[in-house]
Amino acid sequence: MSSPSTAPAAKGYVSPTTGAQWVAVIGLECHVQLSTRTKLFCGCEYHFGAAPNSITCPVCTAQPGVLPVLNREALALAVRVALALGANVPPKSKFDRKHYFYCDLPKGYQISQYDQPFCNGGGIVLASGRKIRLTRIHLEEDAGKAIHDRGDMTLVDLNRAGVPLIESVTEADVESAEEAHEYLTALKEILQFTGASDCDMEKGELRCDVNISMRKPGEPWRTKVEVKNLNSFRHVAAAIEHEMARQVEVYESGGAIRQETRLFDPDKGVTRAMRSKESAHDYRYFAEPDLPAFRIDASFQDRERGAIPELPAARRERYAKQFGLGPKDCAALTSQRVVADFFEAAARLSERPKDAANWILNEMNRMVGDAELGYAHFGEIALKPHDLTQVIGLVTAGTIQTAGGRTLLRAMARTGRSAKVLVVELALEQVQDAGAIEAWCRDALVGKEKIVADVKAGKPNALNALLGPVMKASGGKANAEIVRATLQRLIDALP
Amino acid sequence: MGPAEAAAFGPQLVAILAQFEALTAVDVEGVEPMTTASAGENVLRADAPAPSLHVDLALANAPARVDDFYRVPKTVGGEE
Amino acid sequence: MSGAPIEDAVALAGRAARGELSARQAAEAALERVDCLDRRLNVFLAVDREGALRRADELDARRASGHASGPLHGVPIALKANMCLEGVESNCASKILAGYRAPYTATFVQRLLDAGANPIGMTNMDEFAMGSSSENSAFGPTRNPWDETRTPGGSSSGSAVAVAAGIVPIALGSDTGGSVRQPAALCGIHGFKPTYGRISRYGLIAFGSSLDQVSPFARTVRDLELVTHVMSGTDVRDSTCLDEPQLNLEDGDVRGLRVGVPKEYFPDSLPRDVRAACDAALATLERLGAVLVPVSLPHSRHAIPTYYVVATAEASSNLARFDGVRYGTRSEGSGSLQSMYAATREAGFGPEVKRRILLGTYVLSAGYYDAWYGRALKVRALLRRDFETAFEDVDVVVGPTSPEAAFRLGEKSNDPVAMYLSDVLTVPVSLAGIPAISVPCGFVTVDGKRLPVGLQIAGPSRADARVLRVARAFEAATDFARELPPIHAGGVA
Repeated sequence: MSSPSTAPAAKGYVSPTTGAQWVAVIGLECHVQLSTRTKLFCGCEYHFGAAPNSITCPVCTAQPGVLPVLNREALALAVRVALALGANVPPKSKFDRKHYFYCDLPKGYQISQYDQPFCNGGGIVLASGRKIRLTRIHLEEDAGKAIHDRGDMTLVDLNRAGVPLIESVTEADVESAEEAHEYLTALKEILQFTGASDCDMEKGELRCDVNISMRKPGEPWRTKVEVKNLNSFRHVAAAIEHEMARQVEVYESGGAIRQETRLFDPDKGVTRAMRSKESAHDYRYFAEPDLPAFRIDASFQDRERGAIPELPAARRERYAKQFGLGPKDCAALTSQRVVADFFEAAARLSERPKDAANWILNEMNRMVGDAELGYAHFGEIALKPHDLTQVIGLVTAGTIQTAGGRTLLRAMARTGRSAKVLVVELALEQVQDAGAIEAWCRDALVGKEKIVADVKAGKPNALNALLGPVMKASGGKANAEIVRATLQRLIDALP
Repeated sequence: MGPAEAAAFGPQLVAILAQFEALTAVDVEGVEPMTTASAGENVLRADAPAPSLHVDLALANAPARVDDFYRVPKTVGGEE
Repeated sequence: MSGAPIEDAVALAGRAARGELSARQAAEAALERVDCLDRRLNVFLAVDREGALRRADELDARRASGHASGPLHGVPIALKANMCLEGVESNCASKILAGYRAPYTATFVQRLLDAGANPIGMTNMDEFAMGSSSENSAFGPTRNPWDETRTPGGSSSGSAVAVAAGIVPIALGSDTGGSVRQPAALCGIHGFKPTYGRISRYGLIAFGSSLDQVSPFARTVRDLELVTHVMSGTDVRDSTCLDEPQLNLEDGDVRGLRVGVPKEYFPDSLPRDVRAACDAALATLERLGAVLVPVSLPHSRHAIPTYYVVATAEASSNLARFDGVRYGTRSEGSGSLQSMYAATREAGFGPEVKRRILLGTYVLSAGYYDAWYGRALKVRALLRRDFETAFEDVDVVVGPTSPEAAFRLGEKSNDPVAMYLSDVLTVPVSLAGIPAISVPCGFVTVDGKRLPVGLQIAGPSRADARVLRVARAFEAATDFARELPPIHAGGVA
């Protein structure tokens, strides 16, 4: 099967059986949990993994007689995201009730937005220059959780019911799995950088559905299929690749594609039709009478616009210009806001941006997922930019070796103690004593006439053979540069 | 709904809807729908936590409870 | 039982605050009156004897330890069974909520408790407030103390009778399309629906969200003013509440008051005896110095269909939560979730509720939204505009509260349309969200029985104090509210 990632997006999909050209028409729908303290319409303080039904109240369990009250911070974050994505925020907006029955939907309706969402338009420009346009973003409340794997019953946990979500819907502009991946990555960056959401997909903070149809170039759109249950960007890409192939195969063997919802099976890498009956649902939308309309005026927008930090794309450009970093490093440093912020502080303090980048992307990144240190995310690493700056300073000054620097950094994270104290305690200091080094060098030169001759003859790297014994004699502590210089000087002095 | 009830409902609903027909005669050109009787706009609350119900109080009225969950008949996943 | 009125709330609270009467005595007396009449008239669905006595003792202890007494100290009151008081059963007169005890207390109830009031129980009503007679209650109808073969009106039937029959001085009802004003008229007492948003709805079990208002009954206007004042004021838990502090009352009389008399409220079809009572009431207002001004509310005849489209749509939505999952009664059905929903709602809801849910679902459904609900919202705006236009010229608008006096139980229960039409004079006010009160204004004689008639006085949005002032002036000049029904508990205690 030809992989879409090797073919430029505009070319589309080539059928492996007939060689015919097809184009994928893909729209992405993302539900994102906003990182407010409390739920959208009540003061319950949500966090992932809480004991079942321990974060509920009369409002989010839909007791008779309760009423919703809108969380200002949710609206603020939503507007901030909209502005960061270049969307238009109309002056007036309202909520609507969306009706359906399910055990995780306590009111029998979801408070959502139908015809007056709080923003429309905007989008994300991919590296290729193609823009993936947003149709709209709207605010809505999350449902609870239904658990089906506890025997001959379903269990309901309403902790999550009422958590604020924004639902963003793109136009059907995406044409490949790779574009989808790129769009989602860029969206996630913006959501994280604006502080709207941590987008931790394992905690369900970002969920993605795909709408996909295939068509021949120049022909009108065909029936689209919805794919749900995509728990990572990899799954999204895999599901798209599978669907593209599946739909083309169906068409080319004379079949038809039904409008349906399919679930992605990550173990097999395929999509499967949902077992439940799919009938067109009438949600009977009407304006939510318990919530007045809201106006987002210019000053509200200005305040949120001001709260948007420099976004990843702009930062990448600046890092390249200002610090001379390459594109790969820039991308890696801006993958998370906490990394970018850490880097900038460390770069500024140490005045050695390339070193800072190096240490962050290698040594510090290794600390994430490290068995001993136990950090799940970069943000958990118990180091400040000042700490890294100190390590960089010590290595640059030759006080410790690079290997010593690694040990020191880990020790600082683990113990929380200062560099100064740990350097002494762990005996990391390089030996820079000229006398001691000269003594070791003289010892190493004994019986090495052949190597001496090679060095004098100008053979490159001949000196390296002598470093080992010196380092061994010094217990690994000799300053390598001084050793080299000393060896060279001693050899030069020999006849 | 039982058959006797359904039989009675049909004509009743038709009679009621016949009453509603009168609405179609009203000239509503250019009239903004009155979606709420409330005078307010922009009623927002601070993102400040309020105490949640203890799980036993939350589940006190539940017709069926298993551990700390509401129990319902087994369903296939998904809305509707 | 005798023809002696019971003490009104203001007087009782005053005596209790001075220590002339303990809260316990007041509670016990009210409970005795319940025992005397409840079985016969079917007023209460739940009597919270234990809670009432406990609260009374707490009130007495607080007073004894030097705390100031609230303005309703020790006053026994009744709540409609669609109101939430933590731990007490509020079943909305429906099987689907049988046994439901709220895990929280309504804001307006809490404010009453904080003022020292003592709720003694939950009163009967039409199921989920849908009805005008209490015949839609799953627990039997309430009877009118003027003639126990007749309805007291509805849906706040039990609360109206609790006051009319002298069990408590103040009872709360909810008014969506007339559910407090109409029973007040049929029972010869005062019933007041404030401006929409005047009293928080948090803890009032919703029927029509854009229409519902907590609305009190009392025999005296002064009691209504006090209880409205205590409950009113902005609430962080209700986004539709007016952004105003507690209601300030008005002094004064009706001299120079311009009283609008809409011709649409006095059609030829209005029974002559009802018309005569209302005409006499208008003459009284004139005598007191008011000026009668003919006005027109041209869209009035569209009010009933508009109301029923909007109210049933909202009701069908608000009742979607009754699915047997988290509270209420459940019927398991044939084993699937959907069949559990169907079985639970089929068994739990009465026929009127089902009718309205079906209608509401229909008018909201795709393809019909614009023709029905969408259109009704526009007609509603026109109805509100009718009032706004009239109020440019007059200060209040009056008319009969109900086109007829109390009808017999069973008379309309098979004809939903006939039942809906009894709301024709009250629903326009509900749709516009303006304040209105029903004041006793006379009597008619039907089949040898003396039955009360009520006059509705409506004012512009937020002019609650003005409406109450007019009612107070009328009350001072007449005796109708003081006349007691034949079945009355006043002689007890």
